[in-house]
Amino acid sequence: MKKSVVSSFLMIAMLAVVTQLAFAASAVSTVALPQMPRYRFENFTTASGLPNDHVYCVLVDGDRIWAGTEDGLAVYENHAWKTYNTKDGLAHRAVLSLALDKRTGDVWAGTMGGLSRISGGRIDSYTQLNSGLSNDVVYGVGVDGEDVWTATAAGASRLNLHTGQWTLYNERNTPMAEIWAYAVSATPSKVYYAVWGSGILEYDQKTGRWDKYDDPDGENEMVLFKDQGLIHEIVTSVSYVDKILWVATYFGDSQYDGRYWHNFLTKDSGLPSNFTNIVKGIDGKRAWFGTDKGLAYYDGVNWAVYRPSLTTGKPEMTVRDAQGKVTPVAVTTAPAHNYVLGIDFQGSDIWVATAKGLSHGIRQP
Amino acid sequence: MSWRNPTQLRPVVVTGLLLLSAACIAVGVWTDRPARAAARDTESDVLEYASPLEMLLSPDGARLYVLCQQSGEVRVLDAASYAVLKNIAVGKTPRGFSLSADGKRLFVTNSWDDTLSVIDTGTLEVTDTWVVGAEPSSVVEDRAGKHLFVANRISSDIAVLDAETGVEEKRLLGGRGVSYLTLSPDGARIYATHIYPNQSQHMTELGNRNVPESEITVIDAARAVVVDRIPQHAIAGVFHLAFSSDGRLGAVAEYHPKNLVPLAHLEHGGAFADTLTVFGADVGAKPVEVPLDELERYAAQPFGVAIAPDKSHIYVTCGGSEMVTVIDVPRLLHFIHARPRPESGSYAQDLSASANYVTARIAVEHNPRGVTLSRDGRKLYVANRLEDTISVIDTRTNRVASTIALAGPKTVNILRRGEQTFYTARQSFQGQIGCASCHIDSTFDGLTWDLEPDGFGRDIVDNRLLEGIKGTEPYKWNGGNPNIPTECGPRTEMYFWRAENYDWRKLSDLAVYVRTMQPRPNRWRLASGELTPAQERGRALFVRAVDKFGKPIAEANRCSYCHSGPKGTSQKSFDVGTRKATDNSGLVDTPQLINIALTAPYLHDGTARTLEEIWTVYNPDDKHGRTNDLTKDELNDLIEYLRTR
Repeated sequence: MKKSVVSSFLMIAMLAVVTQLAFAASAVSTVALPQMPRYRFENFTTASGLPNDHVYCVLVDGDRIWAGTEDGLAVYENHAWKTYNTKDGLAHRAVLSLALDKRTGDVWAGTMGGLSRISGGRIDSYTQLNSGLSNDVVYGVGVDGEDVWTATAAGASRLNLHTGQWTLYNERNTPMAEIWAYAVSATPSKVYYAVWGSGILEYDQKTGRWDKYDDPDGENEMVLFKDQGLIHEIVTSVSYVDKILWVATYFGDSQYDGRYWHNFLTKDSGLPSNFTNIVKGIDGKRAWFGTDKGLAYYDGVNWAVYRPSLTTGKPEMTVRDAQGKVTPVAVTTAPAHNYVLGIDFQGSDIWVATAKGLSHGIRQP
Repeated sequence: MSWRNPTQLRPVVVTGLLLLSAACIAVGVWTDRPARAAARDTESDVLEYASPLEMLLSPDGARLYVLCQQSGEVRVLDAASYAVLKNIAVGKTPRGFSLSADGKRLFVTNSWDDTLSVIDTGTLEVTDTWVVGAEPSSVVEDRAGKHLFVANRISSDIAVLDAETGVEEKRLLGGRGVSYLTLSPDGARIYATHIYPNQSQHMTELGNRNVPESEITVIDAARAVVVDRIPQHAIAGVFHLAFSSDGRLGAVAEYHPKNLVPLAHLEHGGAFADTLTVFGADVGAKPVEVPLDELERYAAQPFGVAIAPDKSHIYVTCGGSEMVTVIDVPRLLHFIHARPRPESGSYAQDLSASANYVTARIAVEHNPRGVTLSRDGRKLYVANRLEDTISVIDTRTNRVASTIALAGPKTVNILRRGEQTFYTARQSFQGQIGCASCHIDSTFDGLTWDLEPDGFGRDIVDNRLLEGIKGTEPYKWNGGNPNIPTECGPRTEMYFWRAENYDWRKLSDLAVYVRTMQPRPNRWRLASGELTPAQERGRALFVRAVDKFGKPIAEANRCSYCHSGPKGTSQKSFDVGTRKATDNSGLVDTPQLINIALTAPYLHDGTARTLEEIWTVYNPDDKHGRTNDLTKDELNDLIEYLRTR
């Protein structure tokens, strides 16, 4: 009896210790996992009113959401979708890029057949035939003040809205080796172009001069020295915010503060894929990346990836900390598809354009 | 009969002299000589008329502000005695004005020098002159006194200025040629109208005909953004808009051109409908367009609109018909709600409609424009622009109670008579149209027309700008008219007016007026007179004699050959490869290039919607100048240069 009491006591004591240790371990684990934003994703497809599931870009305009799809420009307002297409004056049904003139509320849409301005429901379209636009394939568009900057398959264009003057930038008047301009980030101080095969072009708004950033390894696919410069010449996206340049390429991504480069590859960061379609900086530290293998968020130290699992297709979120430890986080929703083409923010929410629908990431507490 | 007998000879001599005189007059008219002689007379006799265009009453009703377009003034009258309190000089060709929300400032848009004058209504002095956009034509301040909104006719936008400093914050996209702004009674919205049609999406197969599309641009005054565009289908030329004091009824004066049928159909009402579009809660969900015309009583060139404080009547000035049309509002609303409504929402084609709601047509003087009502609604003031008078109408009797003569020249000179002839619709069949119906404010209308002389459905032609036309003869796209009297005389009388002809004096007056129209300032030229680098590169392309491959360009295929001289025309006809199946000939008169940036569409039949399309679409064989060797940026340079012409 005495023996059994003692053994019972020991067992209880051990259980208590184990429980305490377990709690302690649990506490350590919770502290160690970086607090990365969590979302509940609501996905929109043709079943919910989108004109097409191939969504190339997304733009948040207050309570309105604009989605550029393969078959028209859709706008979501008051819980309903409305689509503009060529019959309404849209330059082409495939809408590749979007920009908001925050001062006027006008939306600019780059399409496969020209540039369209949507203003108070009226659509005016500019093409290479009816205007000074350099090329009808408008991959990127940005607005700064009275200038509308476009990235086209034949270089860059600038339309001055006051004078109506078009100025074209190409291999004849800039250091643009290739003229396949893919994206533009226009700000009052600098305008940056992502050029597919020709690195980054920088336009200084004050001096009117162009500068260029290339991959120091040239066209070599290997990165010989990390953080030496731009990660690759095939640049797909650029985002200039808080004097920090964020760059996406098909072979990794870069961050540039005006003096130092910092590069991101899957092998040494939380980037889910080096093949990156879009980067969008929040500030000098934080940015979102849209890759062919999911949506990624970088907070300056840690990474989070949101996607349907590459193997099971089930919703997945992973967090990678500064030590490179990857921790899965239980989630029940994910973006509509891993192939992410567009990103924009609505307060603390995120909107994501993917190859199979548009996703609204609703921030969770 | 003996020639030696003087008494027998006298009747013969007199008859001969009369015949000789008649022949001289006839020859002179046909060769433009009287016009030239008269022009010389006029040049040494320049008279500065007031040309009242718009009017405002001060908030207390004590003062009547009169905007005088030609003398460049605001004249301040005592509203009781009509005595002049002060004449305030403003900028060149002022076009619009309005009071600030607190009534302490009067803002004036000076359309030809691109400025805005700020007048202190206490001291009646100009306190500021702000540089604004291209051809500012109207201005309103929001109720909060935060922003000024300025309609820029040339750049087709509405500038938003800081109301205190005049610093421009942004520009909103307006309709083409945006010119008139109205603040809604609750101050929440600003409504903007425009005088040229927007680019239409819907063209005919040949690409040279379309039903014009216009809009009323609706701006959220607090946020200063465009929130709506009310479509104005088949409208080209939208002018003043007014609201009832309760905000439930809006009315806007418009031209409804019938440009898809030959202009020869004037006797069938086939040129214009002069209409009013009404909208708002009293009307229903959709606007309704109602005609002002009645058979044999047309209301040509409707412009100014005022609605009685008790919403009993709408008053519309009709510049071409020289009258004010009075509409009974209850009868109008009954008509709208009782009749089956056309799907288009337009009754414009129904010449019997206006008898249901037009209760009076009050004759006033030459070219009535601006209109305003006294606070009690008993007096209606009408600015007779080409008479330098203000008609004061008693709204209880619908009669002109008095006429205020503004100080100015007592002589009506040839230019003034010519301008009156240009604007009046008296000359045309049933008084339907005047020159200014198509040449809005003496410019153009952005439309293509089918003129009868060439055959129905043949030779569709683009309407051209008249400014600077002197010295660019021959006229018409086929170069068929050797001088202005021919252009304005028999051609117009026979094919447009289809009514009485001009007497020689009236024709001379008109010809002199048209010949002396001065081009408005070119907004693409630098003040220094120098060219920008892009314009300079474009100029080099314009005059080049060798193409990019080093091959000589034939003289007739150089831009500067056909478009030679200061006005950009060699005054000769060429075939530039633009002939359509409906054209009788491929030969086209070389158009002048004056202010060409303003006058889209282009080419003889308006098929080129933009300058770029002239070469990117309609010059496949380099017949319209050697251009197919140019890169896109070089073509842009060429266009930048052309805009400076």
